[in-house]
Amino acid sequence: MVINWFKYSAPTTFYGLAGRLIPYFAWPAAILFCIGLYIGFFVAPTDAVQSEAYRIMFIHVPASILSMFIYLIMAGYAALGLIFKTRLSAMMASALAPTGALFAFISLWTGALWGKPMWGAWWVWDARLTSELILLFLYLGYIALQASIDDPRRADRASALLALVGSVNVPIIYYSVQWWNTLHQGSTIKFSGTSMHIAMQQSMFTILVACWLYTIAVALARVRSIILEREANTQWVNDLPEVKGVRS
Amino acid sequence: MNWTEFFAMNGYGFYVWGSYGVALLVFAVEIAMVRHRRKLALRQLKWMNESGDAQ
Repeated sequence: MVINWFKYSAPTTFYGLAGRLIPYFAWPAAILFCIGLYIGFFVAPTDAVQSEAYRIMFIHVPASILSMFIYLIMAGYAALGLIFKTRLSAMMASALAPTGALFAFISLWTGALWGKPMWGAWWVWDARLTSELILLFLYLGYIALQASIDDPRRADRASALLALVGSVNVPIIYYSVQWWNTLHQGSTIKFSGTSMHIAMQQSMFTILVACWLYTIAVALARVRSIILEREANTQWVNDLPEVKGVRS
Repeated sequence: MNWTEFFAMNGYGFYVWGSYGVALLVFAVEIAMVRHRRKLALRQLKWMNESGDAQ
């Protein structure tokens, strides 16, 4: 079967598709989040070194991973929009930015609440923490830049450049624990395996998947509003039942 | 297992629940913001339609 993928890269068709897809991501996200929390709090054993404080890991690690991945996906969409001038990719980039910023915030917040009891400090200017803070500022800069330019096309181009230049920060965050002598520990899960208890891995992985599904659902919902805002003057938007409804 | 002990988190309750509480709050606020944005966009479009601005 041949699927015309380009059809779905047009806002006209993607609007409806996104709307139909949202529940398939939102509900599994909510269910997996509950399962992950259940395993994390009731199945995973107490840590020998960190006692119960280590349970912050189950949200801290997925939020940090998502904050970095979302940035790369956002920069990818921004680049596509810049090169091919596709309207939808630029809209997807701006739909992802707030969610990425929120995950960066959760990563920093849970990190501070974990750092205080373990390191004795809410914050240290170590390479991992500082580069993650820069990531949050890059997201905020992207959102502010886009909001400050009235013409959406120009706003897309300017913010796409910022997103692309800022993407060098992501490998810096990832490798910071190896390149510099940081207070932040290195990755416990490596390609060669891990020493972590199986229930701890299950909880962290389940919440990671839940966060991914959540991100997709929220980005799809947000891009639908962006499509409505930007295509407000087109006939197809004004023919939508949810727009027409009030008149008849 | 007793619940007081569970919520105390062996003395780390403030840090553990402070982390999860704020994370869940952030998700809830984001979902509310996304819903609000859709409502605003639709209201704007309906208003334009009624005043005959649409082409």
